[in-house]
Amino acid sequence: MKFEVRQFKRRAFSVLFLLQPFIPEQASTVAGHVDRFYYFMVAISVLLAAAVALLEIYFAIKYRRRAPDEIPRQILGSIKLESLVVVFLFILFTGMFVWGTSLYFTLYRPPREAMEIYVVGKQWMFLFQHPEGAREINELHVPVGRRVKLVMTSQDVIHSFFVPAFRVKSDMLPGRERYTTVWFEATKPGRYRIFCAEYCGTEHSSMGGWATVMEPSEYQAWLTKAGSAAATGMAGGGAGQTMAATGESLFQSLGCANCHSGSALAQCPALTGIFGKTVKLQNGQTATVDESYLRESILNPKAKVVAGYEPVMPAYQNVVSEEQTQQLIAYIRTLAAPKTPSGSGSPEAVSPKK
Amino acid sequence: MQEITTPNTHHAPAAHPSVIHKMPRVHYLNANYGWRSWLFTVDHKRIGILYLVSITFYFVLGGIYATLIRLELATPQGDLLKAETYNKFFTQHGIIMVFFFLIPSIPAVLGNFLIPIMIGARDVAFPKLNLASWYIFNLGGFFMLYAVINGGVDTGWTFYTPYSSQFALGNVAPAALGIFIAGFSSILTGLNFIVTIHAMRAPGMTWFRLPLFVWALYATAIIQILGTPVIAITLAAVGLERLLHLGIFDPAYGGDPVLFQHLFWFYSHPAVYIMVLPAMGVVSELVANMTRKRIFGYTFVAFASIAIAVFGFMVWGHHMFVSGQGMYAGMIFSFLSFALSIPSAIKVFNWTATLYKGSISYDTPMLYAFGFVGLFTIGGLTGLFLAAMGLDVHVTDTYFVIAHFHYIMVGGALMAYLGGLHFWWPKLAGRMYPEGWGRLSALIVFVGFNLTFFPQFLLGYAGMPRRYHAYPEEYQVLNVMSSAGASILAVGLAFPIIYLIWSMRYGPVASANPWGAIGLEWTTSSPPPTENFDHSPVVTWEAYGFRPLEESEVVGQMTPDDRPA
Repeated sequence: MKFEVRQFKRRAFSVLFLLQPFIPEQASTVAGHVDRFYYFMVAISVLLAAAVALLEIYFAIKYRRRAPDEIPRQILGSIKLESLVVVFLFILFTGMFVWGTSLYFTLYRPPREAMEIYVVGKQWMFLFQHPEGAREINELHVPVGRRVKLVMTSQDVIHSFFVPAFRVKSDMLPGRERYTTVWFEATKPGRYRIFCAEYCGTEHSSMGGWATVMEPSEYQAWLTKAGSAAATGMAGGGAGQTMAATGESLFQSLGCANCHSGSALAQCPALTGIFGKTVKLQNGQTATVDESYLRESILNPKAKVVAGYEPVMPAYQNVVSEEQTQQLIAYIRTLAAPKTPSGSGSPEAVSPKK
Repeated sequence: MQEITTPNTHHAPAAHPSVIHKMPRVHYLNANYGWRSWLFTVDHKRIGILYLVSITFYFVLGGIYATLIRLELATPQGDLLKAETYNKFFTQHGIIMVFFFLIPSIPAVLGNFLIPIMIGARDVAFPKLNLASWYIFNLGGFFMLYAVINGGVDTGWTFYTPYSSQFALGNVAPAALGIFIAGFSSILTGLNFIVTIHAMRAPGMTWFRLPLFVWALYATAIIQILGTPVIAITLAAVGLERLLHLGIFDPAYGGDPVLFQHLFWFYSHPAVYIMVLPAMGVVSELVANMTRKRIFGYTFVAFASIAIAVFGFMVWGHHMFVSGQGMYAGMIFSFLSFALSIPSAIKVFNWTATLYKGSISYDTPMLYAFGFVGLFTIGGLTGLFLAAMGLDVHVTDTYFVIAHFHYIMVGGALMAYLGGLHFWWPKLAGRMYPEGWGRLSALIVFVGFNLTFFPQFLLGYAGMPRRYHAYPEEYQVLNVMSSAGASILAVGLAFPIIYLIWSMRYGPVASANPWGAIGLEWTTSSPPPTENFDHSPVVTWEAYGFRPLEESEVVGQMTPDDRPA
């Protein structure tokens, strides 16, 4: 009996190996899980489809019409048989549902400890900002063996960040409500394709690039180099500064500090230590101060006003870009825990410059 | 000239190919002549033919776009078409095939022609409304064609905001208006069918004597009436937002782009059932009549249609697992999607079981029915991949999805439409199509279809996103296979258009019942008279009553007495 099972397994797998050339490279911790589930689904589908096909062919041959005026005996049906099929399928499908859903939660629930990279999509490019200050377009450098959480938004239409080798995909939404996030942990140094998976206009098919997975030491070296390159490189970037530092200078130049001064008489809430806290809102509800809440409060401050304050802050929607918003958020995050790293990046890179 | 006027046969007349039949002297096609007799007709059969002409035009147009898309994708570089042009072509392919071919195909052509005859009525409940729906359809088509000629529309058939409402290149409003207007023809057709089926059944035609095709179109009509208004207001909102900057979906004006997706899929997922439920109905007729057996588990098949129509409204969120929808909402949609696949699976089981101990014909309609069952099974099973959230993340928005829904819409709906068209062609045209050509093209369609779309499953898992004008070279082999298959498929689909037109003049004259089938439509002449029956039929037999029920074998506990009256 055991032997038969093993033999059956081997045979089933030898069929599934036909799929091998069409499986993208596995370069993240979840890729193997997704592929295992895929193999399972293929195996079940092949079995069921083969059962239907073989029965059809067998019946078609065996019960072919032999005389033009033949009328076969009639069979009405069978409640027993139908119920059996329903119960069998229900159990099978419930199993698929449970496996598929738990996989989704693994893929989508962001881990607590992860380095964060901010992403903005726009027609037709991906802009990445590392907290340490490095900024890149259509290229994403990440270290191997570390969880990376992407905090994503779009400046114009809906885009979707997709790396087949990591088996992750998430839409990037424009609008002031929320960031979307996706996380992965790369397992193999190399270069992997990034695609935009949501149709976004004329050059949709050329929107994308490469994710470069590096050894951690190489990654550190790259960060330093790229950080200083940013000084002379892209417009609006901080001059070789961390995102938080760039955010801080924005915070000053936009005059945020005038109201968010932290003094008891200030018109607006103090921001020190606010990240990650839960605040009470005017309408009696509460909100957790995360990236999405901060973003909404910068771009459309009247949406969720903290209790005890007047809605006096102007909307910054058309004043700051999505990237600058992310820099401001990176700065506000550092105010949350000035002494310890805020769960992202390396300590020396993220702590404020003071 | 009718062979049987009171058609209570326990024994269907068999086909006698050697006998030369004579057409009735007067029938609906020659009852009167001239363009007015067609354009102002209120005869449901003529309206069915009008629809047939219209949707064949759209089918050819959509097919031309498909051909150009596959030609472009034969090479990785975007060398045949400009990116902008390619985007317009896949958009127009989608809009035309979904809204102007598949949705009206079986209901408006076969449904219009057959439903009154199948239930023993003289016409539909509202014949003038029926004609109006054809004009409304063409008015919608006019605006859509205007959008195409005026420079084309490039939003994708899904019209996702804010791309469609703010960034698209143009013609969004006329295209949306076209779909908005055509939607009303769908609503009116559905309304007409529901009232007709309720109110106009012949004496003795109880609900559980109805052919399963009628059950299927009844279920479809529910979706047409309840779902179509939602897509209509949604597209109207997109058009208005584009023109007046209203701020419903566009975040720049304070709207929510994901709201659009909810509204769009609230209709467009059930719309899949507008395409596939009638197809299932056709296949039930084909399987029963081409095997001369009552459908195994008639009541299960009938109620499965209703279940699909109702629960089809509760699964739209499975299109949005990576769209920033809440995880727990996604979970519910995933579970309901799995549950919804059970009634479809039951139907596949029942069709297969019907073959058991049947008298199976290999004529063209049955070949299409076989093709349908096989391809629909693959389409359904791959739907489970997409309903499983963890797997959907990787394969959504890739060619896997393209392959999946073409298996349902082409492998399912189109195959059934072609099978039905061949099956009822003698009734429509009064003449037989050439059987040899019919079988040959059914085979070509099946082979070409699989070669076109099966590689796309592999392509999708390998990571190739949909709607790509140019693609990385590693995907070329599979794309070339797909394009090669598409050329075979095109040949297989061109044949029926040619030989069906040929047969209208040169085909052998059909008898009233060339298949030896059971059903009221086979009791009247081919083609039927304008009033369908010489005198009103009285139904005294069950659906597919090849033999009286008392002679039927009962498996398990189901006896005739158990079935609801």
